[in-house]
Amino acid sequence: MIEVDVQKRLGAFALAALFTAPSAGITALFGRSGAGKTTLVNALAGLIRPDGGRIAIDEEVLFSAAEKIDRPPERRRLGYVFQEGRLFPHYSVRGNLRYGMPRRKPRDPTLSFDAVVELLRLEPLLQRQPYHLSGGEKQRVAIGRALLADARLLLMDEPLASLDLAHRAEILPFIEQLRDHVRIPIVYVSHAMEEVVRLADTLVLMSEGRVAAVGTVEDLTSRLDLRPLTGRFEAGAVIRASVAGNDLVFGLTELSFPGGRLRVPHLGLPLGTPVRARIRARDVALALEQPQGLSILNVFAGRIAEIADDPGPMVDVRLDIGKPDRPVAVWARITRRSTHDLRLEIGKPIYALVKSVALDRQSFSPYAPLRAIEE
Amino acid sequence: MSLTPFELDALELSLRVGIASMLFSLPFGLAAAWLLARCRFPGKTLLDVVIHVPLVLPPVVVGYALLSLFGRRGVVGAWLFKTLGITLAFDWKGAALASAVMAFPLLVRAIRLSLEAVDRRLEAAALTLGAGRVRVFLTVTLPLIAPGLLAGAILAFARSIGEFGATISFVSNLPGLTQTLPLAFFSLIQQPGGEAAAMRLTVISVALSFAALLASELLSRRLAHRLGSAA
Repeated sequence: MIEVDVQKRLGAFALAALFTAPSAGITALFGRSGAGKTTLVNALAGLIRPDGGRIAIDEEVLFSAAEKIDRPPERRRLGYVFQEGRLFPHYSVRGNLRYGMPRRKPRDPTLSFDAVVELLRLEPLLQRQPYHLSGGEKQRVAIGRALLADARLLLMDEPLASLDLAHRAEILPFIEQLRDHVRIPIVYVSHAMEEVVRLADTLVLMSEGRVAAVGTVEDLTSRLDLRPLTGRFEAGAVIRASVAGNDLVFGLTELSFPGGRLRVPHLGLPLGTPVRARIRARDVALALEQPQGLSILNVFAGRIAEIADDPGPMVDVRLDIGKPDRPVAVWARITRRSTHDLRLEIGKPIYALVKSVALDRQSFSPYAPLRAIEE
Repeated sequence: MSLTPFELDALELSLRVGIASMLFSLPFGLAAAWLLARCRFPGKTLLDVVIHVPLVLPPVVVGYALLSLFGRRGVVGAWLFKTLGITLAFDWKGAALASAVMAFPLLVRAIRLSLEAVDRRLEAAALTLGAGRVRVFLTVTLPLIAPGLLAGAILAFARSIGEFGATISFVSNLPGLTQTLPLAFFSLIQQPGGEAAAMRLTVISVALSFAALLASELLSRRLAHRLGSAA
């Protein structure tokens, strides 16, 4: 368990964050810049001292104003991957990686020097100086350095923010590896919903120094009241599914989820692989009757559960599809005009149409087996 | 050209005084720079002023003040002689002290600037990697300010090679004991017919300065290379 209760005042800004999250998988701290995410992570790391509160990880108290505990950062065993890498310019890559290594053997044999070098493909970089590395390479070294410092948990403060799109795509799979294979818990700060959806298990939504909501990514992204924080443009639903079939002739993958079957462009994953798919509201259309003669492969029957009546020409509609006892939420973004013409109202039966081609590779992530085992 | 015993004495003494004053003042300079760059305390401005005073006072005044304090009958000098048996006045050690005091503002300034330029986020990163404060200082801060330390040390050395006023009023001009290159030069031009010998000392001084600057340039290039930036 990660237990956080932190109060900190910095000039006009006040942080008062309170949440608990499982110390497994990736916990995303999501919010706009200025929401207090970095301040909170620095408090976790011990780099700033909170005015009050308590921080504990797996029942080990790192900070407690009441008990007068404030463990110094060097004794917290939290690996920190900073936004800008912060590699030591006067050490080689090897020297940077070894900097935090304890003299005794690491507690976790999968985190030996050789294993981490292999995992992050750092071998060709070992002799180089940080100055000569690309942004993506720097971040890989920074991740390796934090892992090797005998960390029990990784803090990542927007590790992709200073990278261009190509380098982001280069780093993301490595972070997924940490989640799925190294199984080290990660607190991941981000203001990009795509990253959160792809990586995170638990989502901590932050706004103006406070925690607005905590929950699974699936739950929080489908909640209408949190839409101002999760972002309207990127609105959508996240579903958990598994690979049920591969259609090699047409190059499609069929995913099975409680709401039915979703056909998407070929993912190249073995049968049974758990994946998470994000269906953006703007890629879903609605029909009152089962449509015929249609190019769209994915049609789901459901009922209207919620209509988001924001001002403006667009309306977001939430549908529950699948079995009534275990509904799956899907969002559709349609025009206000259509809402009016189709006389949409809560409880009305409806068909949701999802274009397969709208679901690009970015929308999927092979999902941690962690959850699959639990369920 | 071979050096006369007189020139050799002056050169050897200058080097000894320069190196000793540089080595002696480095730790104090680092501590003072640290206080000024990193700490907040009452009286900080006063400390800043005191450190910089030798820069604006006439050197002979500084020398006289040193004599009053560190001479045999001075408060500190008497104590030093009684407890440690050290005499500074009219001795090369006194010349080294005079040089160190005169060069101190330059040394502190160079180190302070480099301390202020250190990216403290790197120190924070080292902390999160499990390094204690001492290890962070030794493995991160110190290597990063190495160019500043070097520059400060070279400045202090150069200032000490050129020191005249404070030295002559504190430790006088005693051949073989306190007569460094500038003092020897001064004695020569006071004598009729000393111009040729003075010229030779000028050449020696120029060669020494060149060697010092060249060494510092080479060293700082190697440091810059290690820090990975384009030199």
